[in-house]
Amino acid sequence: MSSLNIPIYMDYSATTPVDERVAKKMGECLTQQGYFGNPASRSHSFGWRAEELVEEARQNVATLLGADPREVIWTSGATESDNLAIKGAAHFNKKKGKHIITVKTEHKAVLDTCRQLEREGFEVTYLDPMENGLVDLDVFKATIRDDTTVVSIMHVNNEIGVIQDIKAIGAICREKGVVFHVDAAQSPGKVAIDVEDMNVDLMSLCAHKAYGPKGIGALYVRRKPRVRLEAQIHGGGHERGFRSGTLATHQIVGMGEAFKIAHEEMADEHARLSNLRDRLLDGIKDLEEIYINGDLKQRIPGNLNISFSYVEGESLIMSLKDIAVSSGSACTSASLEPSYVLRALGRADELASSSIRFTLGRYSTEEEVDYTVELIKTAVSKLRDLSPLWDMFKEGVDLDSVEWAHH
Amino acid sequence: MAYSDKVLDHYENPRNVGVLDKDDPSVGTGMVGAPACGDVMRLQIKLGADGRIEDAKFKTYGCGSAIASSSLVTEMVKGKTIDEVEAIKNMDIVEELALPPVKIHCSVLAEDAIAAAIADLKSKQQAKAS
Ligand SMILES: Cc1ncc(COP(=O)(O)O)c(C=O)c1O
Ligand code: FES
Repeated sequence: MSSLNIPIYMDYSATTPVDERVAKKMGECLTQQGYFGNPASRSHSFGWRAEELVEEARQNVATLLGADPREVIWTSGATESDNLAIKGAAHFNKKKGKHIITVKTEHKAVLDTCRQLEREGFEVTYLDPMENGLVDLDVFKATIRDDTTVVSIMHVNNEIGVIQDIKAIGAICREKGVVFHVDAAQSPGKVAIDVEDMNVDLMSLCAHKAYGPKGIGALYVRRKPRVRLEAQIHGGGHERGFRSGTLATHQIVGMGEAFKIAHEEMADEHARLSNLRDRLLDGIKDLEEIYINGDLKQRIPGNLNISFSYVEGESLIMSLKDIAVSSGSACTSASLEPSYVLRALGRADELASSSIRFTLGRYSTEEEVDYTVELIKTAVSKLRDLSPLWDMFKEGVDLDSVEWAHH
Repeated sequence: MAYSDKVLDHYENPRNVGVLDKDDPSVGTGMVGAPACGDVMRLQIKLGADGRIEDAKFKTYGCGSAIASSSLVTEMVKGKTIDEVEAIKNMDIVEELALPPVKIHCSVLAEDAIAAAIADLKSKQQAKAS
């Protein structure tokens, strides 16, 4: 009866498989028998039908956001949305000021966009989060200046899963009159969004983290009060000039269907994933010297990011080869990319540890979690038995006080 | 990254994991690497009355190739004289384990560990002789 598929996918924050229901709808928009028309064709029914489908999808995305469909612009994904939002708003407002605020734990799509604006003469403040990964609201408020025009703070962090208090940040931005952009690529179906209640001006989204296809996303652009952007891609004037290019009907239909399902099934999925996550955490919590990265309460249910002290990352991944997870380390190990997100949390005791991000999703099962628990327990105790650092820790040696022969 | 069967074998079944008494004058201990670099290797060798290495133990914090390199070294040194042990070079390890270029430094670390263990052993022997 029970069949465990190895390797077990536990990397749902990297991307998700497309839901069968979504794939079916997408398939209907491709071939001669399907709705293949160009949604911009105004002169025949092929175009009209495609346009209807695109608008239906736009409505589905708007519903999930609590927005008006006219506020939703199609893009190629969250990266493009981040670029359009931040560059577009910064450029449009550059006469008013050239100061931007973001956070060190943002996705590279935001951070690298800000770096580019710095090269163009903008000034960017990169806020340090608190140790739990959340933004300190008082510190944030004090950072806003008269020449601040754009604030970009993500909703759900992709590595540690913490949920920023977007409503509180939005209220501050509104009061100060700065444009508020939110990267919400990781949010749909995991945490409720209401752009009105949260006072969000711009919000980046993508489909492929919510059981939709890769290569499609959206940007929410507030109409009241109107948020102005300078377009980054020019051409036929599609999407009211914000983003030219023929609309990818099948991708858009996929995103719309995925968001519709995400919206409808969020409550059930939330409960189910919370149980699975707790089961995973319960299973390994008796291991010594493990730390959860990021606030455990203000966090999406499917994410668990754990540091294992005195266990080296690459060897841990080698032992966990039956599960597909993502890993990082806060220090510069030769064998593992250090995680700037974990480093930004500023934990001092990260010297010799590796971290694993487990992200569960729609197709995760109890069986998979139980298998994973056993695998982790075996791997961590094996590697610690092999580790001279674990011996030293057990003997009470402070690793920071040892003079290491750096090579 | 794909590991060779030999690396996997040493990684799955590491030989001679453990600790020797570091205060024993016939035991040389070498610890190299640093936690911040992601690898720390501790190699211990015990010199027998016949002038040959009679026992060796290791513990390693590091990648699979580092663990395999140190495990292999404990096998290689046994039964050898100090001179013969000193002649072991990192390329011997690279060849035996079929390490890819990015993993050569793991074998260098193992060679460093041998050198450090021998240096410790020699200084203890000298202290005993004088
Ligand atoms: C928070 C966040 N922002 C942006 C992106 C980029 O999204 P996309 O792959 O759709 O460009 C991702 C995912 O990779 C993400 O997790
Ligand atoms: S010892 Fe550094 S990668 Fe192997």
